[in-house]
Amino acid sequence: MARFSPYDNNGGTCVAIAGADYCVIAADTRMSTGYSILTRDYSKICKLADKCLLASSGFQADVRALQKVLSSRHLVYQHQHNKQMSCPAMGQLLSNTLYYKRFFPYYAFNVLGGLDSEGKGCVFTYDAVGSYERVGYSAQGSGSTLIMPVLDNQLKSPSPLLLPAKDAVTPLSENEAVDLVKDVFASATERDIYTGDRVEIVIVNAEGIRREYIELRKD
Amino acid sequence: MTSVEGLLGCEQDSQRTLSPYVTGTSVIGIKYKDGILMTADMGGSYGSTLRYKSVERMKSIGKHSLLGASGEISDFQEILRYLDELIKYDNMWDDGNSFGPKEIHNYLTRIMYNRRNKFDPLWNSLVLGGVKNGQKYLGTVSMIGVHFEDNHVATGFGNHLARPILRDEWKEDLSYEEAVKLLEKCMRVLLYRDRSAINKLQVAKITEEGVTISQPYSLKTFWGFNAFQNPSKGAEGTW
Repeated sequence: MARFSPYDNNGGTCVAIAGADYCVIAADTRMSTGYSILTRDYSKICKLADKCLLASSGFQADVRALQKVLSSRHLVYQHQHNKQMSCPAMGQLLSNTLYYKRFFPYYAFNVLGGLDSEGKGCVFTYDAVGSYERVGYSAQGSGSTLIMPVLDNQLKSPSPLLLPAKDAVTPLSENEAVDLVKDVFASATERDIYTGDRVEIVIVNAEGIRREYIELRKD
Repeated sequence: MTSVEGLLGCEQDSQRTLSPYVTGTSVIGIKYKDGILMTADMGGSYGSTLRYKSVERMKSIGKHSLLGASGEISDFQEILRYLDELIKYDNMWDDGNSFGPKEIHNYLTRIMYNRRNKFDPLWNSLVLGGVKNGQKYLGTVSMIGVHFEDNHVATGFGNHLARPILRDEWKEDLSYEEAVKLLEKCMRVLLYRDRSAINKLQVAKITEEGVTISQPYSLKTFWGFNAFQNPSKGAEGTW
């Protein structure tokens, strides 16, 4: 007999890389359930503030609910403070929002990317219940196990235990980071059935926001 | 109180749909040159019994939208009551504005997700199509609130059997005749392979001019294929 399950896994992979004066946020556009592809053109990236973007995979309905909560909280913030929320503030808000539903969690795997108040690239990475950390780069979602070790290999970040603390931003130029993102997605698509169709790459820098798309395998 | 009831407060167990009773099978929707076409058969299954054979599973909503449903028929009828109420209260403003398909789809999305949060789902997969201000819209929502837009959508078995055909053959500027032909090709495959599909279906159309839902009709079938007449051929040893 059919039994009700409140969760589904709609797959997808999210990557973000922070540089000295830029941030690259990327996610594929495939949405799946089980062995079926629901659509090949669903954006997983949500613009929360001028310099703050959220890429999320997991259960699409929860992801959308989460995006709505954050967007409305940001709208109130703008009315109260007459400015855009900073990326680190949004990072804390996201963590609190996830933990608020600790015992009926949002099944969402998030990477938050953008520029901090000094214009430096920043990336925050999360688990489903709100543990988070500021890092130089991160991968989340169904292809993360394939991508994360490649990023580790290519972007050796300073140990977070070092004293005094070192910046976690990557030494790559903006174009090198975008090329790396294209490569890791093309690779993940080869082995992860939940990643494919297209990558949406968003680049945030002092000039503003720029988008690029590249096609991936559709099988 | 570690059970689910403890978490849900006064919600009564017996009020929840734990499994569906009377269900409809696939719905298919596609965009075509002038708007949206949708099709569904008229079967209502009681488990695996074909209990009802004249269930209308596509209804027009407001001025600009068309809703198709698979899954629990009673839940679909309740959704129709919700939407009637929504349209009525919107109409009472008498300001000349009306909900378009995008708004209706978003509303359905919230209803479905809200009910899944209460562990009391509306057991349906919905397809919503419409045209407003020359803008075509086609989207879908599932029982647990998963939703998206696309040029063609299908629920249930349609996702497995019809969408591969649509991905091959769908194009932006299909004429009405071509689009109906494509939908009928999909419905024929479903009729052959989905045991709860029946050969009595409707095609609904929505354009800038409004909604028209066809009279029920049947597809021509051919059961004379060798593999149908002698299914054990090529599988020696089977009965």
